[in-house]
Amino acid sequence: MTTLTNPKPEFTSTCTLSDCKPRSKTVRKIREFCIISGLVACGLFSLATTLTIIIVLAKETYSFFRLDEVSLADFFLGLKWAPLLGAEHHFGIWPLISGTLQVTFIGMCVAIPLGLITAIWLSEYAPEKIRRVLKPMLEVLAGIPTVVFGFFALTVLTPSLQFLYEGFEVFNVMSAGIAVGIMCLPIVTSLTEDALRAVPKSLREGAYGLGSTRFETSTKVVTPAALSGIIAAFLLAIARAIGEVMIVALAAGSSPPQLSDNVLNAVDVTSETQTMTAYMVQIFLGDVSNYGPEYLSAYAVGGTLFVMTLALTIIGHFIRIKFRQAYE
Amino acid sequence: MQSLANPALHRNGRFAKDKLFVILCIAATMLSITMLIILLTSIGLQGKDFLSWKFLSSAPSRKPAKAGIYPAMMGTIFACGVCALSAIPIGVGTAILLEEFKPRNKHLRLIHSIIQLNITNLAGVPSIVYGILGLTAFAHMFGVLGTVDQPILTIGTTEDWYHLRLPFGRSVLAGGLTLMLVILPIIIISSQEALRAVPGSLRHGALALGCTKWQTVWSTSLPAAIPGIMTGTILAMSRAIGEAAPLLIIAALYLRFTPGHLMDDFSAMPLQIFNWASRPQADFHYVAASGIIVLLAILLTFNAIAITIRQLTHRPMS
Repeated sequence: MTTLTNPKPEFTSTCTLSDCKPRSKTVRKIREFCIISGLVACGLFSLATTLTIIIVLAKETYSFFRLDEVSLADFFLGLKWAPLLGAEHHFGIWPLISGTLQVTFIGMCVAIPLGLITAIWLSEYAPEKIRRVLKPMLEVLAGIPTVVFGFFALTVLTPSLQFLYEGFEVFNVMSAGIAVGIMCLPIVTSLTEDALRAVPKSLREGAYGLGSTRFETSTKVVTPAALSGIIAAFLLAIARAIGEVMIVALAAGSSPPQLSDNVLNAVDVTSETQTMTAYMVQIFLGDVSNYGPEYLSAYAVGGTLFVMTLALTIIGHFIRIKFRQAYE
Repeated sequence: MQSLANPALHRNGRFAKDKLFVILCIAATMLSITMLIILLTSIGLQGKDFLSWKFLSSAPSRKPAKAGIYPAMMGTIFACGVCALSAIPIGVGTAILLEEFKPRNKHLRLIHSIIQLNITNLAGVPSIVYGILGLTAFAHMFGVLGTVDQPILTIGTTEDWYHLRLPFGRSVLAGGLTLMLVILPIIIISSQEALRAVPGSLRHGALALGCTKWQTVWSTSLPAAIPGIMTGTILAMSRAIGEAAPLLIIAALYLRFTPGHLMDDFSAMPLQIFNWASRPQADFHYVAASGIIVLLAILLTFNAIAITIRQLTHRPMS
């Protein structure tokens, strides 16, 4: 009805020509260019972040090694770490590294077997209903802040360990390590499960067709096929454990195992320890003077930590790319 | 040999192994679930006594019975607000660049893959390293823009809400920007996954109608990817709320005041919990447990929202 009485719609169609004029190609090109430059700036921001991390750590580490008290050989070969107390300061990184490795090793002893088995079960065995309940539970576990795990280690794990064996100190490697393991468990489980589920069904069907049991299929066919993804998941979990801060700051104590006294201190899990991250926290929270050797040593330790985690991530990345088998 | 000679025995052994493995699997899964339950119940039992309305609305105190978490909660809200406002545009922008603007030129492709690898690396950098970066880059501004006592630029006085100075010092703004660095790779990776899940046919349709590349992104890919991006962003924000390590270097552990402007000192909930938990008195451990309950309640709400969005929008788009 309206179109019959009102001829205006025809007018608007002729008007569009003049409307088109300001939307010329140059305006569109300029707008497109501005937006793309903005996006490129966003992309370069992440590159700048990495570069700034490297520059900051390298600069302060360099000024640390310029000091008279420290030498490169002492730092990388020294077995005694005593930066704050005593007449003579010792900066040997190995006690801190062994503290970190203690916690990481115990954590991985908890997280890798449990995570791997849970992932195999979730991906190969569990009925869909159970999966739908368990996956969100794992996400809840993954979303718990690390300070909570630290509190848990200090107030629940340590008393339970002391109940089992009286030799455990108030701050000990074992409870911090177990807490780190619980923290890493959802990472290992969900990444491993993703890798297992990415294996095509035809491989499983082939194994079943040859008469394998489910156990044989999952351990001899599916797990080897997903191995690159699984190893990448493990490496990522190790990197997380090495860089963990709050758990070790709360539950592991504040003196690293002095390897110069006894090398076996590195395997003592009942006494306290200090990781690289916990040392950095101690320095940045404490009242040490800026630009003294103690303060700068935190940057050197941070640089070592950064290099270690960077190496793990890059190795994991290349394992995943290089050994990724393309099925079908 | 015996098992090979007797096929029935052979099969029995294999099936027994299969059954044993199932039992092992269920035991391992049960162990994980038990740990989660022990963790939550132990915190609930320890924290229930000090949890009250007063705990939420008062400042921390030397007496455990009077302690509250209000300033830390406000600090977390301020810092995470800064973090969200800065991380979401940069993160989504980077994801769009990496997914939608793949270059054909050989050199540009190299830069493109370097940025991609770099983001994988940034996701693995320990959060305490970001704390050091934030301290140097945001709080001290590399020492080239004066010091906090003698700032190179000041807007307003410390009484004004819009007070701003360069360098930022150990302020809410510096803390929020540091948190932004921590969650940026998470947001980028999840937004990339969301954009990758948008079927190519939608883009082809838009391009065939004469859209430019950006118009295609803005009108088709981005709206289709919004649920995925939102889920990833909410999960990243819950990471930012619980993150303590980078703030440990920048923020205060114990503060009785709420921040009044972006240049104010601040504390955050995980830091306040750390402070209480690291005290020797058992009563403060109970206060810490109450703080953890509040923190976990906020995080669970965030997770629930994210999971709901994912469930509601979980349908194929092609």
